[in-house]
Amino acid sequence: MRFLRFVLESIHVATHGSKAYFAWVGFLLLLMALGAYGYWSQIQNGLSQTNMRDPVSWGFYIGNFTFLVGVAAASVMLVIPAYVYNWKPIKEIAILGELLAVAAIIMCIGFVVVDVGRPDRLWHTLPSPFGELNFPRSLLSWDILVLNSYLFLNLFIVTYLLYYSYIKKPYNKSFVYPLLWLSIPVAVSIHTVTAFLYAGVAARPFWNASILAPRFLASAFCSGPAILLILFQVLRKTTKFHITDEAIQKIAELMAYAMALNLFLLAAEVFREFYSDTEHVMYSKYLFFGLGEHRALVVYAWSSVVFSAIAFLLFLISKTRKNFVTLNIGCVLIYIGVYIEKGLALIIPGLTPGTLGEVYEYVPSATEIMVSAGVFSLGFLLFTIMVKIASSFMNYDLAHAAEPEAVEDDSDAEEAVEAAGAVKA
Amino acid sequence: MSEERDHTTDRGRDGRGVRAPLGTERARSETAASDHSEMDRRDFLLKAAVATLGTVTLASCDEATREAFFQQHFHEMSADDKAALIARHQAAYKEKYGLNFEISVKGPLDGVQYGYALDLNRCVGCRRCEWECARENNCSRDPEIHWIRVLEMERSHGVDVLEAEQYYAPEKVPVLDQFYMPVACHHCDNPPCVKVCPVTATWKEPDGIVVIDYDWCIGCRYCMAACPYGARHFNWGEPKISTPVACEELPAAEGALQTAAEYPRPHTRDCVNTNTHALGNVPRPLGVVEKCTFCIHRTREGRYPACVEICPVGARKFGNLLDENDEVRYILEHKRVFIFKEELNTQPRFFYYYG
Repeated sequence: MRFLRFVLESIHVATHGSKAYFAWVGFLLLLMALGAYGYWSQIQNGLSQTNMRDPVSWGFYIGNFTFLVGVAAASVMLVIPAYVYNWKPIKEIAILGELLAVAAIIMCIGFVVVDVGRPDRLWHTLPSPFGELNFPRSLLSWDILVLNSYLFLNLFIVTYLLYYSYIKKPYNKSFVYPLLWLSIPVAVSIHTVTAFLYAGVAARPFWNASILAPRFLASAFCSGPAILLILFQVLRKTTKFHITDEAIQKIAELMAYAMALNLFLLAAEVFREFYSDTEHVMYSKYLFFGLGEHRALVVYAWSSVVFSAIAFLLFLISKTRKNFVTLNIGCVLIYIGVYIEKGLALIIPGLTPGTLGEVYEYVPSATEIMVSAGVFSLGFLLFTIMVKIASSFMNYDLAHAAEPEAVEDDSDAEEAVEAAGAVKA
Repeated sequence: MSEERDHTTDRGRDGRGVRAPLGTERARSETAASDHSEMDRRDFLLKAAVATLGTVTLASCDEATREAFFQQHFHEMSADDKAALIARHQAAYKEKYGLNFEISVKGPLDGVQYGYALDLNRCVGCRRCEWECARENNCSRDPEIHWIRVLEMERSHGVDVLEAEQYYAPEKVPVLDQFYMPVACHHCDNPPCVKVCPVTATWKEPDGIVVIDYDWCIGCRYCMAACPYGARHFNWGEPKISTPVACEELPAAEGALQTAAEYPRPHTRDCVNTNTHALGNVPRPLGVVEKCTFCIHRTREGRYPACVEICPVGARKFGNLLDENDEVRYILEHKRVFIFKEELNTQPRFFYYYG
């Protein structure tokens, strides 16, 4: 019965809040409705509603998917210091990373679903005898496996931790710690497998690089924590979450290492492509300089590099890292930088020029943007609700609140999420 | 009813997969034990809700829709299943095109391994093969899908796809100093597209033809990313064949080159080919991938692919690699043969040569 009460209480917390909370939720629901409208027209008319065509057969959806797989890694940046090194300041907030991972993976699944031509046949991806999952040959089948494992692992952990906060009892460490440790290799595997998805394609030299998986990991450890750093600052002002400067600084420091590695790996790749100057440099040329009149990606490619470099400097220099204004600027810059790098700047040059030399210049269509906004909103909404529930239950004095007023008091947590969401958007 | 039950089972199994961590918890944790009945109940309710919703949705569909939804992979079908599939498709095509389709599911011929050779010296770039292929194989006219792409490249450069032009449109072909290279599915012996398909919707038949089960493909397009020959095409929009008229027998290929008037669309005759194979030229649904099948509906009947027959200059050769007297076999043994993107080790069944 207690678990049922926990569920009901969670629903209660999610459905009660301040005006700001409902304004934010309403805004997200509005975007989701827009996305649903776009998706409906896509179902009616096929993927011709997108700007993808045979030469560029993957686009914005798969770019967002790839980026969000990276964001899902954010939890590892918290889980490792918290549960491997038992570092207390981060331990109390590690759950936020796991919540972000859950929301990110759900968005990933959403982007795959909106990208396939036949969503009615997705059951074919079940293993035999139901479907005909091509495991272990297809890397996509591996991806389905690891993404779902990671989702359910994190979902289980956060439910378990929140439930024990709710009933105000210490959780069973010897049970939950192994699961938390398990989430580390699984997080690494979602990136590795997603990188292999591209790296294993010999027909696309831009992807067919052994450096791709390490690059995925490095960039993932920048983008996910960037969201969390901003979220932490808001949460500690608006809720009773105890988040110290020390914790924020430690994460920022770890991010600086990841950024350095990310830039180094990018430089290694750029060197190889341009110095060896084989015909395979064409894809990088398209990305950074354009091919003739086709220059759609150039401005994004350079923005990504410049933003990432500035963010790295802001995080590297301890003065700017410790100043919260410059730290937050750095977070936003690295987030945008990685969003471009792991999104369109990874997918599109891989496919342009095409295998027969065709240059089809791809930019997302209005439908693609609407549907993507819808999927992002779904993820933000889930994240908002989960953070609201977490911030409510993690504060012992407010959990078990029988009177609605008590929950009302706690409802300024949502402003935190709103601000974080605004940064993301 | 049986389909509905199948569906519920699928969902149920899926749900159990979801619950795996809870089982682990039960085994390891004493403290959490008291909550299991609640979790089980909630899980059961959720499953029941999903199953009911699914059943209601499917029950409200007509039988053909349900049959289509639950259609098994081609490999899993019995002879009866295939007969039912053919009947269902025939009814659907009758409704859509007003024509009676013949749909074959004929398997590979014994002692046959198909091979294809194309003479780069002879090809004049008239694109007759491209248009004839689209007609023969019921490719969508709008949006337009062509399984063959003809590349125009400079003779002085040789084969260089980065300099290739697919959309060349001079008054007359061939253009001096240019040469032409038609590309379609190479039916690789080491096919990257087959390897990457997450649902095994594409595979290599024992006679060497790489086919797609159009009723199993989920439209993820990973195979399109993996194919180095741009051979795979996606139905971005609802495929349309504008003129619902059955094609008559093909006229023999005319020896003369095209005139300016009929270039670049030498075949204005638009029609539906009702002589089909389930893994080949049956009209495709929206949202799936398609490609050249070596005209499986013809070649398994001992005929040549349509592109071989239409080529006005005899640049296209097709045959059985196991037959010592075969033309393609002779070419492979005696001519200068060129394998496109050989470094990728795709081991194509499609060879270019200089005759």
